[in-house]
Amino acid sequence: MALTQPDLTTQIGPLSLRNPVIAASGTFGYGLELEALVDLNLLGALVVKGLSLKPMPGNPPPRIVETPGGMLNAIGLANIGLEAFLRDKLPRLRNHTTPVIVNIYGHRTEEYGELASELRGVEGVAALEVNISCPNVECGGMAFGIDPVTSARVTETVVRNTDKPVIVKLSPNVTDIKTVAKAVEGAGAHALSLINTVTGMAIDVETRRPKLANVFGGLSGPAIKPIALYMVYQVARTVKIPVIGMGGIMDHNDAVEFLMVGARAVEIGTATFVNPRTTLEVIEGIRTYCAEKGIRKISEIVGSLIT
Amino acid sequence: MFELLVEILSNERLTHDTWLMALRSSEIARAAKPGQFVMLRVKPGLDPLLRRPFSICGVKGDLFLVLYRVVGKGTNLMTQLRQGERLWVLGPLGKSFDVPEKSFSRLLVGGGIGIAPLLFLRQFHGEKESTLMVGFRSAKDILFPQRITGEDGSFAVATDDGTNGHHGPVTDLLEERLRENAGEVTVYACGPKPMLKKVAERSMALRIPCQVSLEAHMACGLGACQGCAVKASASSAKIYFSVCKEGPIFEAEDIDWELI
Repeated sequence: MALTQPDLTTQIGPLSLRNPVIAASGTFGYGLELEALVDLNLLGALVVKGLSLKPMPGNPPPRIVETPGGMLNAIGLANIGLEAFLRDKLPRLRNHTTPVIVNIYGHRTEEYGELASELRGVEGVAALEVNISCPNVECGGMAFGIDPVTSARVTETVVRNTDKPVIVKLSPNVTDIKTVAKAVEGAGAHALSLINTVTGMAIDVETRRPKLANVFGGLSGPAIKPIALYMVYQVARTVKIPVIGMGGIMDHNDAVEFLMVGARAVEIGTATFVNPRTTLEVIEGIRTYCAEKGIRKISEIVGSLIT
Repeated sequence: MFELLVEILSNERLTHDTWLMALRSSEIARAAKPGQFVMLRVKPGLDPLLRRPFSICGVKGDLFLVLYRVVGKGTNLMTQLRQGERLWVLGPLGKSFDVPEKSFSRLLVGGGIGIAPLLFLRQFHGEKESTLMVGFRSAKDILFPQRITGEDGSFAVATDDGTNGHHGPVTDLLEERLRENAGEVTVYACGPKPMLKKVAERSMALRIPCQVSLEAHMACGLGACQGCAVKASASSAKIYFSVCKEGPIFEAEDIDWELI
């Protein structure tokens, strides 16, 4: 018996994706770095490296260190800045059909607003992912994301200044992620993505120094998957807007777990370093999983957890 | 650049801590240029998680060679790999040495395992006009080019403890050469950071072109993650370079040696 092709399309607020697999910000460059290895057109979407208004050099090295089942990074949001992105990268990304989601971060609330309005009406930008959760920059990123009031304020500012769908990326480094999720939903976000990295550190006992020059960094990779899964589970039951799940997804089974707890799409990050084609393999894996289980639409899996 | 499952042809111990692996991939062997590197996934599964970067130290037909020193979990696992096993390899990656067509005299300065890209440079561009000098801690650490790429060109050794060759740092040998060499020379160096720093600073002081091969912890190897940054010199247009994409070969004057 021939298996029918399952329908993998998913809806993230106003954004329609051909499949639920998204390349995560910070692990896929500006998309073009991976072009030779990954057919970008097969992805559900890709999120570019977090952009700020002005170029950012990033933190001093060492910026990354491997830890059991994961890696710590303190890149410090190094990026080429909005202007260079619009001039050098976006025109080349427009040659692809994959939705490009632009991840933005600011040092002040107004900067988020400026980024949003600069990107208003820009062709080839499918949505914004608002980073309020990077642990590695002093006065930006997570400083906003750990407080429901500032999280809502940043969200509201971006929503007011853009014509694009707004996805807000949440930090796991909070006491109760549901409170932040609700505040961001209330401020008008179209969707949530979670989790960003978990703050951590590693030490060299010979030198007594931290292994990262920044002292601490963000933990990613399979080590954080159970944490991520539980947070997505909690948030998906709390908000009505769509949730994109991420954190340590290495293969299609991991991705399906996130769908089952209520994510409508997933992002793949660190796994791309281990195998640059992980995103494509996860798409194929989900397709096979659905076909074998007689699942016709991906939406049949979303939130299907039996408890 | 390729991402391929590649067969191991041999994996042999050269010294107490250094091994040589030959891998079969005509694609990578054909495309590789001296100074470039590969990212090896030393084992399937989650531990170790990330691939490890290694300089390509030569090619033989459809084989490419990787010289590695056992320093941690990843390289320890590599010693257990046998002929016939296969590894995922991403490469060749990064920039190669820039060798001007005009035949400058080339001074190749290595420290320990840093001999790897220099051997490939000499294999690729010929031994003529090139002088290879390498420093090791002791006689037991010496890596003989003959055993690695099969070449038998001239090879000057310095050891920290004087058990073979010149007693002292390899930079002493470089100094000697620089004194003798009135003509135009280019320095190519790879090795531990203090050695590189000394080579770079000396070359810059004498206004001799110098290219260095740097190493760094890497995650992607493709310029996507920005994890392998190195500080650029004040005269550079940038603040940090990505070692994987804008290197690993750099002009000495582009690097901020104060921080090395």
